[in-house]
Amino acid sequence: MGFLNWFSVKKKNYPEFWLAYLDTFKDQVNTDISNTRFIAFDTETTGFDYTEDRVLSIGAVSFINKKIDINQSLELYIKQDVFKAESVKIHGILKNSKVNKLTELEAIKAFLAYIKSDILIAHHANFDRNMINEMLLRHGLGRLKNKFIDTGALYNKSVHVIYRDEQRPHTLDELAKELNAPLVDRHTATGDALITALVFLKTLARLDKRKHLNWGYLMPK
Amino acid sequence: MKNSIAERVLDFLIKYPPFNFLNTKDLFEISKEVSIIYMEKGDTLFERGDAAKSDFYVVRNGGVKLLHTMGDNTQDIINISDAGDVFGIRPLIAKENYKLTATANEESIVYAIPISVFTAVTKDNAGINKFLVTAFATNAYDPYTAEEAGKIFVDYLPNSTQDIVNFQTANYTKNPVTCAVDSTLKEAAIKMRDHKIGCIIVVNNLKNPLGIITNSDIKNKIATGLFPIDTPVTNIMVTPVITCKKGLTVADGQLQMIKHHIGHVCITKDGTVNTKLVGVLTHHDLLVSLGNSPTVIFKEIKRANRTKKLRSARLKANSLLKSYLEQNIPVGHIVKVIAQINDAVTIRAIEIALKKMPTNPPVKFCWIGLGSQGRKEQMLFTDQDNAIIFENVPVEKYEETQNYFLELAKLVTKSLNKIGFEYCEADMMASNPKWCLSLEQWKQQFDDWISKPDEKAILLASIFFDFSPIYGEESLSEALSDSIYEALEQSSLFFKFLARDAIKNPSPLGFFKQFAVEKSREQKDLFNIKNRCIMPLVDAARLLTLKNNTQGINNTSERFEKLALLDPNNKELYHSCSYAFKALSKFKTKQGILHNDSGKFIDIESLTKEEQLKLRRCLKPVHEIQEVLKIRFDLKNFI
Repeated sequence: MGFLNWFSVKKKNYPEFWLAYLDTFKDQVNTDISNTRFIAFDTETTGFDYTEDRVLSIGAVSFINKKIDINQSLELYIKQDVFKAESVKIHGILKNSKVNKLTELEAIKAFLAYIKSDILIAHHANFDRNMINEMLLRHGLGRLKNKFIDTGALYNKSVHVIYRDEQRPHTLDELAKELNAPLVDRHTATGDALITALVFLKTLARLDKRKHLNWGYLMPK
Repeated sequence: MKNSIAERVLDFLIKYPPFNFLNTKDLFEISKEVSIIYMEKGDTLFERGDAAKSDFYVVRNGGVKLLHTMGDNTQDIINISDAGDVFGIRPLIAKENYKLTATANEESIVYAIPISVFTAVTKDNAGINKFLVTAFATNAYDPYTAEEAGKIFVDYLPNSTQDIVNFQTANYTKNPVTCAVDSTLKEAAIKMRDHKIGCIIVVNNLKNPLGIITNSDIKNKIATGLFPIDTPVTNIMVTPVITCKKGLTVADGQLQMIKHHIGHVCITKDGTVNTKLVGVLTHHDLLVSLGNSPTVIFKEIKRANRTKKLRSARLKANSLLKSYLEQNIPVGHIVKVIAQINDAVTIRAIEIALKKMPTNPPVKFCWIGLGSQGRKEQMLFTDQDNAIIFENVPVEKYEETQNYFLELAKLVTKSLNKIGFEYCEADMMASNPKWCLSLEQWKQQFDDWISKPDEKAILLASIFFDFSPIYGEESLSEALSDSIYEALEQSSLFFKFLARDAIKNPSPLGFFKQFAVEKSREQKDLFNIKNRCIMPLVDAARLLTLKNNTQGINNTSERFEKLALLDPNNKELYHSCSYAFKALSKFKTKQGILHNDSGKFIDIESLTKEEQLKLRRCLKPVHEIQEVLKIRFDLKNFI
């Protein structure tokens, strides 16, 4: 019996906020690109190991049709037991700094409520997706359901095939420099999220020179 | 809660007025409510007549131009706002509609600041209030209120864009050659010869125009024996003359000439025959203003000393192209004229750029055109495709030499861009270090492509094999060409790759002899004339010319003509390919002019039955030549 009800039982055990998150996907409609809410986000972590390392901060900005509202941005700092002194010099988040820190669960709630079913954009998106998914897993939740766009891959599409170099991933700094996006607040999650958003918009403009862009092109297969 | 982005917005704003009058706490309140707007070049933020929005704007990066719309719907740039400049504030405070249009002059990032938050925070701030009052009083930001606009632009005469050239003041010949009323025709004719002119005005002692004598009068009235050569000018002059005032427009001049069936209008002080003659407006002068003659355009190009002048000369070529097509002048001829004009523009742009360089070129070089410019097949404006070959230099000098030519190429490509040739999206331009090489390096590059063909090499080959010298040392380009043909003799695989590429676009006709239209969403049901018809012909012609070792012919239809001579067995096919290519180019150009684009996609449904038939007739040779390639290069097992 337990086996037959496996799916439904498990679902019932999910907390309210996770079900609310899943619900947002039900009434998702396919709108065109200019009316779609995009969320560019970034995580600052203690390192690059999905299981060992922890997310210290999540930053996100949202935009519809090239307009980013600052009061609609998200900036979360998370209390973590894992702490690595060597990563402090990159992200600058001290173990006992004065910023208001949330527990991991509180951060998840806030993040899911923020992103809803909208399209997520991140630079080297796989890393951020995995870090968040691990976080969800630790609290007995499922994986993120959102569609993802990786600015690194998208940028590569905008480069003419002659000069394309699939082997060499582009860093966010490189892209910002190449696309002339102001580099401020690098290595804070929100700052990187904003840079990612600008890199996305600028790459999109390059790809869309002939105004033929459609969803199939934007979304990875 | 911490808000890093708002902090950075604050860091930026605090440097500029009026925000520098605020304390950090207040400015932070504002910064939190700011929106960041990304604008592509040409994006519009607000338009004249729009109701005032709730935000005003500060430029963060790039530039936004404010445009005033004139009575005749042309736009004048009032101001270009740079980083830190505030705009669009006055309509919000005065609660009126926008008087100006704000458009991104380049790719820009703009901060939008809600006026409500701004005024709430700044209400008691004396500095800000003063700033706003000053902004109003001096009109520093939105200078043109409706009443003022009326006054300022009441006398405005548009004179800049091509479309209104008809309403420009005509440029007439000042100090025209005249002869006295008592001279003989012989005297008048000698004067005309000495001044190398085709007409002379007969004037009285007050210099008022009485009549005119032209070449045709001499032909018709003297050479036929009607009058002797010593007859008084008054016997054969045409009188009275048609006169006009100074400052008549090109259109007026044209009207006068059509109305009176004449080719010359006399310009007098008050516009009547009773005052002093000040000039003559000839039909030729009008042609010059309208730019409908290639000679005039070439002259203008050669004389141009600035990019701006080159641009206006090149724009005239577009109206020339239009009228040629309307008059059904053979495409072969049109293409040659336009190619000549494009080359002349490029040459002049290089000459101007060379003058801007601090020193003369360290070694000889050759500027080459690639792709369609190399094939001399351009009609409409296209992307730039160009490269530089420079003489071989010792290794230790290489970088320095290359840098010189890169610097030169940057100047040239920039001015070509201003003239109307878009930058090449794939950056195949002489300003790219990859395509600005010494002769030795170029030879190496082509050897690599030919001996190790892969997809990238073939893609590049299709552009780079059609090069032709445009400026500088032609022997460099010839040397490269020789070396390419030598390398080609060593490689048969390369030809196979090229052949495969030439047939990669499937036959333009579907199973039921329907046009094979596009299936992707945006271009659905459109016929891609470039990929399906023109490129296969271009590729086939290139391949067969290379294979036949025929140097020096780049133009696709000429290549087919040459092939018809070399290979009489397929003579008819080659002739029909040559014809089809010309007809298709004309089709594409006409569509391009009609829709103001490249003309690449054609909506078959919009064509008349006759046009459809014409187009369909061109598709057969495309299909047939592809079949020939399949057999000749034995591609059955290679595809």
